[in-house]
Amino acid sequence: MSAAELSALQRPNDRLRRRRIANRAMELLAWLAAAIAVALLAIVVWSVAKRGASALNIDLFTKTPSALAGFVPNVQQGLANAFVGSIVIVGIATLIALPIGILVAIYVNEFAPRKIRSGINLVLDVLNGIPAIVIGIFVFGLIVVTRGQSALAGSFALSVLMLPLVSRATIEVLALVPSSLREASLGLGVPRWRTTLGIVLPQTIGGIVTGAVLAVARVAGETAPLLFTSSLVSNQIEWNPTHPLYSVPLAIYELSEQDSSADHALAWAGAFVLLMFILVTSLTARWLANRSRRKLTGASR
Amino acid sequence: MTSPTKGDSVSTSSTIENAVRVETKRQPLPPRERLEQVFDIQDLTAIYGSKPALKGVSMEVYKNLVTAVIGPSGCGKSTFIRCLNRMNDLVPGFRQTGTLRYHGVDIAGKDVDPVAVRRTIGMVFQRPNPFPKSIYDNVAWGLRVLGMKDNLSDRVERALTQAALWDEVRDRLKQSALGLSGGQQQRLCIARAIAVEPDVVLMDEPASALDPIATQAIEQLLHELKDQYSFVIVTHNMQQAARVADMTAFFSISRGAEGDRWGELVEYDATEKIFTAPSDKRTEDYVTGRFG
Repeated sequence: MSAAELSALQRPNDRLRRRRIANRAMELLAWLAAAIAVALLAIVVWSVAKRGASALNIDLFTKTPSALAGFVPNVQQGLANAFVGSIVIVGIATLIALPIGILVAIYVNEFAPRKIRSGINLVLDVLNGIPAIVIGIFVFGLIVVTRGQSALAGSFALSVLMLPLVSRATIEVLALVPSSLREASLGLGVPRWRTTLGIVLPQTIGGIVTGAVLAVARVAGETAPLLFTSSLVSNQIEWNPTHPLYSVPLAIYELSEQDSSADHALAWAGAFVLLMFILVTSLTARWLANRSRRKLTGASR
Repeated sequence: MTSPTKGDSVSTSSTIENAVRVETKRQPLPPRERLEQVFDIQDLTAIYGSKPALKGVSMEVYKNLVTAVIGPSGCGKSTFIRCLNRMNDLVPGFRQTGTLRYHGVDIAGKDVDPVAVRRTIGMVFQRPNPFPKSIYDNVAWGLRVLGMKDNLSDRVERALTQAALWDEVRDRLKQSALGLSGGQQQRLCIARAIAVEPDVVLMDEPASALDPIATQAIEQLLHELKDQYSFVIVTHNMQQAARVADMTAFFSISRGAEGDRWGELVEYDATEKIFTAPSDKRTEDYVTGRFG
């Protein structure tokens, strides 16, 4: 290299300087976008917590909303019936969606010919994209019109939302199981379904649980399907799924429409609990996913 | 012994002598007519999608012998061996033509259940693939699923003993098989395959991922087990074929006019013949290291 060329390296020309500035600018923009996302979450959590603080106490989990709020000062009320209802509705939805979702994934990944496989994947994507309110009105027309509202109808609506989430998550972990393991089992003369149950599925439990937990977190906050299916509720704590049961998102929606500040605080407190639940379950899901991926890829032995 | 490679100054005759020297233990084979056939393969062609991987293979595999399949990469050795227990059925777009008789029964037919075929024709794969279970369960799982549950522990012990692994693992049967070394894992895979008492064991380059000592252990096993099973072993290592095999099939690559290529069987004979007096020029070039 000549001396002139070397000195050119030390003396950046305009084009090089422009590139460096553009590079810096892009980096800054990306950083800013990330910062905004983190800040948004922090602001949401903080403002919800602040507004709900006055209702965040033991009464929240033991008492039900009171009709006296707004007329009597310092009325003791809570969302116990909404929490119970949410647990029942989401629990039953999980019981419906989990086995079906896993079976769909097993069919797609272990048995289906390639064409059917991509067809079902497309269907799952479309199902995943259907707005919750459309599912709500669908279940309303299917069940509620003839049989009336019930927590079961709500569970059914939520399970439709959960199904594609569970299936896609399970398909992903099934695809991670090395085909050499399937071959090892099939090579012994073991039928395919025994191979799937005995060798493939045990490898994916962690991933399936992750998908299920994420799906629960997702539908626990759904309001629209429950408006149609499980909204005409009593003010009692109830566990019977054949009755319409109250739920946390519905409570937030209804209480925020009241004109008493005590009801508003209660709605904020409910929102805070829901938010915390989703945060904790998402973190749990991440942890489980990492653990099962490590196990599958054999990074830790 | 190092593998002779292209451009070596080693002369043909000395290489061939080397190959023979490895084989001093071998007893002469009875004439082929007196051997019992396990497989009778006629005009076997294997096609993936629209590309033939293997064309017109005809040969027999004999009982209680080790049959080696050698040849350069891409000559269809693995495709061939995976035809023998219908393992290729798992590959989308795979087809095969020709007849594949196993003890006189055509097992390539649509009415034959591939699961039943694999039940009597076991397989050991290139990379050790133990189940992520305990050492004991690796062997016992197949037995349980296939209903061979009587004297389960005895069967597991026998299989592990046959695979020359028992003494190394007897004290840690409950530990994960993934903690074993590569060579031990491969012997565990052999134990797993022979535990279910197959008739034939197919081995697809079983030692290619192993070090020389582990390789030697596997080869020793073949010598000891061939009284009870018939082995077909794919290998790209000619010395290995010379050491372990009674019969050797040499596969090579043929090229068509439009740049398409497929594997075909060039020569099949007693191992000694293949390595000392091959009748085809391509075989001679390959075993003397002038090609491949």
